[in-house]
Amino acid sequence: MALLHTVNKSPFEKNALESCIRLALKGSSILLMEDGVYGAVKGTAKSSLVAGAKGKIAVYVLGPDLDARGVSKDKLIDGVKVVDYGGFVDLVAQHSATQAWL
Amino acid sequence: MSDEGGTIKKFMYVNRKAPYGTIYALESLEVVLIGAAFDQDVSLAFVDDGVYQLVKGQNTKGVGMKNFSPTYNALGDYDVNKIYVEKESLDARGLTVDDLLPLKYEDEDDDWAEKDSICVISSAELAKLFDQQDVVFSF
Amino acid sequence: MKFGILVNEGPYTHQASDSAYQFTKAALAKGHTIDRVFFYHDGVNNGTRFTTPPTDDRNLVNLWGGLAKEHNIDMVVCVAAAQRRGICDADEAKRHGKDGNNLADGFRISGLGQLIELGIQADRLVVFGD
Repeated sequence: MALLHTVNKSPFEKNALESCIRLALKGSSILLMEDGVYGAVKGTAKSSLVAGAKGKIAVYVLGPDLDARGVSKDKLIDGVKVVDYGGFVDLVAQHSATQAWL
Repeated sequence: MSDEGGTIKKFMYVNRKAPYGTIYALESLEVVLIGAAFDQDVSLAFVDDGVYQLVKGQNTKGVGMKNFSPTYNALGDYDVNKIYVEKESLDARGLTVDDLLPLKYEDEDDDWAEKDSICVISSAELAKLFDQQDVVFSF
Repeated sequence: MKFGILVNEGPYTHQASDSAYQFTKAALAKGHTIDRVFFYHDGVNNGTRFTTPPTDDRNLVNLWGGLAKEHNIDMVVCVAAAQRRGICDADEAKRHGKDGNNLADGFRISGLGQLIELGIQADRLVVFGD
């Protein structure tokens, strides 16, 4: 069981996503939530962060936070999975511990 | 809540924020000091701007705030002596371990010899440490 | 599974308290137990009953209080953080000679040891903050 990392900051404003990916072990997972969901969008100056982690880290994004911000699911980087709060709960239960990149 | 007495968990306090600009560093240190009484397997990690918390020579007279950096020196007395600083974060900020507080502890398993608490490690090593934790506190 | 929740920010300025509330509700709906919600840093501001948002906005203080009552959740406001930010119950008000108190129903004030204990006893600790 590996760690679940949560990132709630926009990658355009803070380095939380960048640091999280640098310090996330292969086989761990990242959940992008709150302003962190902008890191899951393809075709941006920061898309390479998540795209580059593919194969090493499973990336999830919180659907209600996408919806609140008007981010359409068809704009997500390939391979990013959308979960709701129930899915967030399942991810916490399925991983050995949760690390919040505040 | 039931008391499962005797449980020892691996607790990691992750510090990623600079001191003074926000209160997180100070109040995080307060948790570490209280937590030391609970006999868990505690370690601290300083990453990103968190490394600025450990910089020596802090003088808060001019800003009128309490200088809490001397408190880090007391961590050794609380048996909090596993303090990991990420090398990449130091490098990115033009810092070396010589810029940091010389935190020490007395090793009871080695005739109370005085040893360094701070251990500068790479991102790869820190990632492995994070992965072993039962509880990760971040503030 | 037993979950512990740490909330590091107050209501409204940051989404942290909303996210923590939605997570807690979802965890309960899935049959998990929430041992305790611990409020630290500006998170203590989730525990003042003087909060009066506009009527068309959610009242996070009442939402937390209602959830605590319905599911018997222990909701703890850190005493040291609360004192810094002017949150007190009747006992605290008396001890410090204040002319009133503002702790909301469903919350109690206690020490940081309650957070450490939560970390030890819960199967998972989830942190919400900024």
